[in-house]
Amino acid sequence: MSNPSKPLTLAEKLWASHLVAEGKDGAPDLLYIDLHLVHEVTSPQAFDGLRLAGRKVRRPDLTIATEDHNTPTVDIDKPIADLTSRTQIEALRKNAAEFGIRLHSLGDKNQGIVHVVGPQLGLTMPGITVVCGDSHTSTHGAFGALAMGIGTSEVEHVLATQTLPLKPFKTMAINVEGTLRPGVTAKDIILAVIAKISTGGGQGYALEYRGSAIRSLSMEGRMTICNMSIEAGARAGMVAPDEITYAYLKGRPHAPEGADWDKALEYWKRLPTDEGAVFDAEVFIDADKLDPFVTWGTNPGQGVSLFDSVPNPADIQDPNERAAAERALEYMDLKAGTPMKEIAVNTVFLGSCTNSRIEDLRAAAAIVKGQKKADGVRMMVVPGSQKVRIQAEEEGLDKIFKEFGAEWRFAGCSMCLGMNPDQLASGERAASTSNRNFEGRQGKGARTHLVSPLVAAATAIRGTLSAPSDLESVS
Amino acid sequence: MEKIEKFSGVAVPLKRSNVDTDQIIPAVYLKRITKTGFEDALFASWKAEPDFVLNQPVFANGEVLIAGPDFGTGSSREHAVWALRDWGFKAVFSAKFADIFRGNSGKQGFITGVITEDETKALWEVIDANPGIKATVDLPNQTLSLGEMTVSFEIDPYTKWRLMEGLDDIGLTLRDEPAITSFESNRESWRPQTLPAKGIL
Repeated sequence: MSNPSKPLTLAEKLWASHLVAEGKDGAPDLLYIDLHLVHEVTSPQAFDGLRLAGRKVRRPDLTIATEDHNTPTVDIDKPIADLTSRTQIEALRKNAAEFGIRLHSLGDKNQGIVHVVGPQLGLTMPGITVVCGDSHTSTHGAFGALAMGIGTSEVEHVLATQTLPLKPFKTMAINVEGTLRPGVTAKDIILAVIAKISTGGGQGYALEYRGSAIRSLSMEGRMTICNMSIEAGARAGMVAPDEITYAYLKGRPHAPEGADWDKALEYWKRLPTDEGAVFDAEVFIDADKLDPFVTWGTNPGQGVSLFDSVPNPADIQDPNERAAAERALEYMDLKAGTPMKEIAVNTVFLGSCTNSRIEDLRAAAAIVKGQKKADGVRMMVVPGSQKVRIQAEEEGLDKIFKEFGAEWRFAGCSMCLGMNPDQLASGERAASTSNRNFEGRQGKGARTHLVSPLVAAATAIRGTLSAPSDLESVS
Repeated sequence: MEKIEKFSGVAVPLKRSNVDTDQIIPAVYLKRITKTGFEDALFASWKAEPDFVLNQPVFANGEVLIAGPDFGTGSSREHAVWALRDWGFKAVFSAKFADIFRGNSGKQGFITGVITEDETKALWEVIDANPGIKATVDLPNQTLSLGEMTVSFEIDPYTKWRLMEGLDDIGLTLRDEPAITSFESNRESWRPQTLPAKGIL
């Protein structure tokens, strides 16, 4: 922003405004980190490293921790049964106390998935850098922030120095123009984007989601999209801040107030990509034509329209992708040509850092309200945070889900990853609002179809992958 | 990391070649949450043998390991360095090291000095004649002394510089500490702060 003659992208502005020291002779730049989010799985060795070197946490006041990956979502008042999980949780509690870090523990009303907690407290805001030892940190880019997942050694680095050595990213514009049809959501946009550019298409890039379809999304929708940037291989994903961002943020506990708010707002309004700025790559998606999207394979790029069929690997040109598709169909126990809507599931999981916010729960509740759950299908509803759970209960959503026959649970990462007790059995098939359909992700031998909250709800009613529009004839 | 210049410690002869990382620390010990406390895991299989060198009381407080060639081969586990360090070792000397092990050692402030195989055998003989004898490691001069015997060892200049300056990756960044402090002094008041905590339910 120092040189007004050169138009800059949002990502370039975020980079320049956090540059502590420029890397010389091929060394990386040193960037300042505004907000460091911590959880129990990737932090123990980082804290131990600090202890070993006799270092302190440089800025406990820019650091916040929560328990999410390992935590059970039932019986949360009982000791955690799994010893490894319990050890990691206890280590985080001890480390937070020793290093003076704010921690929201299991049972605390502020506890929840780290990527739900940051935005809900108003800590995530435009124009900042956010890191966390978790790849889905890209979620926070929805506010116009530079948000990145990092490894344990980098967690230690940020704890000690509040900075991170980084080499600049390339920039990619993802232009999504048009109006989404009813029943099509942010989740369908991002699944379509990943299917288009593939799971490696974003490698080395910071993605900026742009266009009228993105502008009309709520903050929850934008977070869903940015969350899955990593599934396209990108280092970060972001959306420029606008009135929707400011309205979401204003009044939240840690949002700027008074004169600070005015100053911040003036700054934030200068963040969007300048007219004439050049991206290293551009992708175009027509929102008008999007259908609900679901995955058929074992990576998030293996997705199709819900109204389509399981693809035939023989039709895939690239030999590596063809082999991957063959292997995926075998693992998923699917036959080429099967209409996606004929695929029956055992489980529906509504939750994860991708789709567990209040808007996601409201959307699903509106569909299952007064309906009967399909026989033999289990539905788990796991709010992203205890605060979301409380709010949902105030709105009566818990009653709707329970009457429908779904399980209403406490907050956590839950079935998104097989680290806690919420797992699928081998051979079980789930429609899941989470972000990864890798082999074994939701349990050894388990099969995952990534879907939107609307498709999840409709699927729980019909028992096969379904869109809300499939229900109209029923009711 | 502490700056390393010159130190003395009990020398331990490890008369084996191809000491791989699975021997240094078996995989079963990798599940832990800490970066320390791996002393019990060091050479865990070999320690089950009563004759193993570290089971002899005179070598139990060893700080300088003198091992046969091809030390640290096998997996990339950083735990191998942690286990050696947690036992109390500060340096390993060998005629040849595996690259990854050597790289990991440098990051953890652990010296890996290259000496010749003949020197290795001569040093073992000195120790055999005087069990419990202390070796002196002089990093600036790159020498290892044992009784009357002094040998030179090789270490790459960048690692030597980092060890002498006590710099790990974090240490390197902290050389820019004034720039970090200056950046922080200009940090706008609207930017997020987690403390004092607000919004507690």
